Amino acid sequence: MLHRYPKRVSIIMLVLTALVALFPLWGPALFGARSDFVLEQLTLMLILALFAMSLDLLVGVVGLVSLGHALFFGLGAYTLALASPDFSPASLWWMLPLVMLVSAVVALVVGFLVIRTKGIFFIMTTLAFGQMLYYLVSTSPYTGGTDGVFIMFRPSVAVGDTLLLDMDNPLTFFYFCLGTLIVGYVFLRWLTRSYYGQVLDGIHDNEHRMEALGYATASYKLIAFVIAGVMAAIAGMLAAMQYGFANPAQLGWHTSGEVLMMVILGGMGTIFGPILGAFAFEILLHTYEHLTTHWPILMGITIILAVLILPKGIAGLIIAPPGRDALMKSPLLRWFNRRGQAGSAAVKSSKPAAKSSKPAAQSKEG
Amino acid sequence: MSTAPLLETHGLTRRFGGLIAVNDVDFDVKPGEIHAILGPNGAGKSTLINLLSGEIPPSSGQILYRGKPIQGKKARQIARMGIGRSHQKTNIFPRLNCLQNCQLAARIHMGGVFGSWRSRQQARAVSERALQALETCQLVQRAYTPASDMSYGEQRQLQIAMVLATAPSLMLLDEPMAGMGREETAQVTELLKGLADQYPLVLIEHDMDSVFRLAHRITVMVDGCVLETGPTDQIRRSEKVRDVYLGRHHEEAQA
Repeated sequence: MLHRYPKRVSIIMLVLTALVALFPLWGPALFGARSDFVLEQLTLMLILALFAMSLDLLVGVVGLVSLGHALFFGLGAYTLALASPDFSPASLWWMLPLVMLVSAVVALVVGFLVIRTKGIFFIMTTLAFGQMLYYLVSTSPYTGGTDGVFIMFRPSVAVGDTLLLDMDNPLTFFYFCLGTLIVGYVFLRWLTRSYYGQVLDGIHDNEHRMEALGYATASYKLIAFVIAGVMAAIAGMLAAMQYGFANPAQLGWHTSGEVLMMVILGGMGTIFGPILGAFAFEILLHTYEHLTTHWPILMGITIILAVLILPKGIAGLIIAPPGRDALMKSPLLRWFNRRGQAGSAAVKSSKPAAKSSKPAAQSKEG
Repeated sequence: MSTAPLLETHGLTRRFGGLIAVNDVDFDVKPGEIHAILGPNGAGKSTLINLLSGEIPPSSGQILYRGKPIQGKKARQIARMGIGRSHQKTNIFPRLNCLQNCQLAARIHMGGVFGSWRSRQQARAVSERALQALETCQLVQRAYTPASDMSYGEQRQLQIAMVLATAPSLMLLDEPMAGMGREETAQVTELLKGLADQYPLVLIEHDMDSVFRLAHRITVMVDGCVLETGPTDQIRRSEKVRDVYLGRHHEEAQA
């Protein structure tokens, strides 16, 4: 059934979560001196996973392909950067609600305008809004232009004077991001399986019928747009905490495109898929960057192959591990297969001839 | 039948550019009746249903539902008022199972998503009504089958079940038996006959046998205009209808 997955999905996700959470145990042994750098990258992957998951609610669940989702990612980053005092840490108790409120309001306004468009027009309008904000922040003196805004102190999590979480400690921040991702995941899984989620499935399948049944589909889509925007903004805030700055690149279409690739690579509409997609994308990126300066070419080839071989992404591989037949159905392998068959057909046609010559040879011997 | 009509139209007209798809149509449905619309392809039957259900706005004319004008209202508003419709093309949610298809239909008429979220009773009532609709359409054993995995005939039946799940006070069915086999057609005809007691029905159908068996009244449309409207027997005997519609059919059959 839709949004219900075989048990191995939970098992795999739990094992992976444990593996990531236990990084301090195995990381230093495996990476040695580079372990700190790897932890930083791992933290970033957790943040990007949250970002990709939020986009999946739009792209995979509702069927709205947004090419401007980085707008909210960058909005979260800039909200934190601009609202933080210069010489003391801000309080996360204030920053988190502020980021959520600002992004919700912006998502409501942008969503109200774009939600009525469909297909390619939705892609173009979301792209346009993303680029508008991009030019706004990269040219405005208040937002530091193309340099962006630095965040001198990470927001603190304190009650009174006691520091609950020391965000400047990379390991604490790493666990904070992991916790946020888990909360986000549980929330989205619950949402997609709720009555509201059923309405989103209905809109994905047949919006026209939903209207004819009496649903005001635009409102339901708008709610999803706002939820996705707020989650992306939280991810953006975490990214800004991680980097120590907010930068226009965080909200450009490039970022929107990359996160869309993570969703596609991971498996659209599955929520857990895009988490895996974000990790896979980043790991591939690091590997390729290591290999060659022309890594975008390798990345492009990988994405194309992934789409051809795994149309349902990594998640599809886990939900329904392909048998031989399913493998042969993928377009690329079908192509190989056809070529193979053409070859074997040639072999087959030559075989009977060989067989028929045998008895003749035997008879000669006899 | 001297009761006030549930739904009536006066001078209903719809133009598409130069084409007048529905031309000055007066039409009405009374409580408890099956009113069938007959006519050759392109007569404007589907356009008429689309006008009644609010999917397209009329160019001119009036639609009254329970005596109040509803022309210009959106499709979803009209659906919420109790006019349920099915489409000529199969129009379901393929990835959802039959029960979920019907639950979606029922829920919006029973307090919506947030009502079901707040109250367990509400959620149970939605499921019960959805199951009832499936039972009426003999699809209970398919409740947990994804709609896309069912046969074409079953999908058509699911469409009717979804309309039923909205507990409509008037049903508009656009060719519910289109593309069905003889046996399935007979089955659905029986089903609709059973429903007629509870739900007034506007029915577009090409299958003559079914129409003459089911309908209390028939309106025959040609080129967007009403050719004749009246009780089934009157239409069956009508010279005018035979000439324009049935007659052509018979000649072809004899040739």
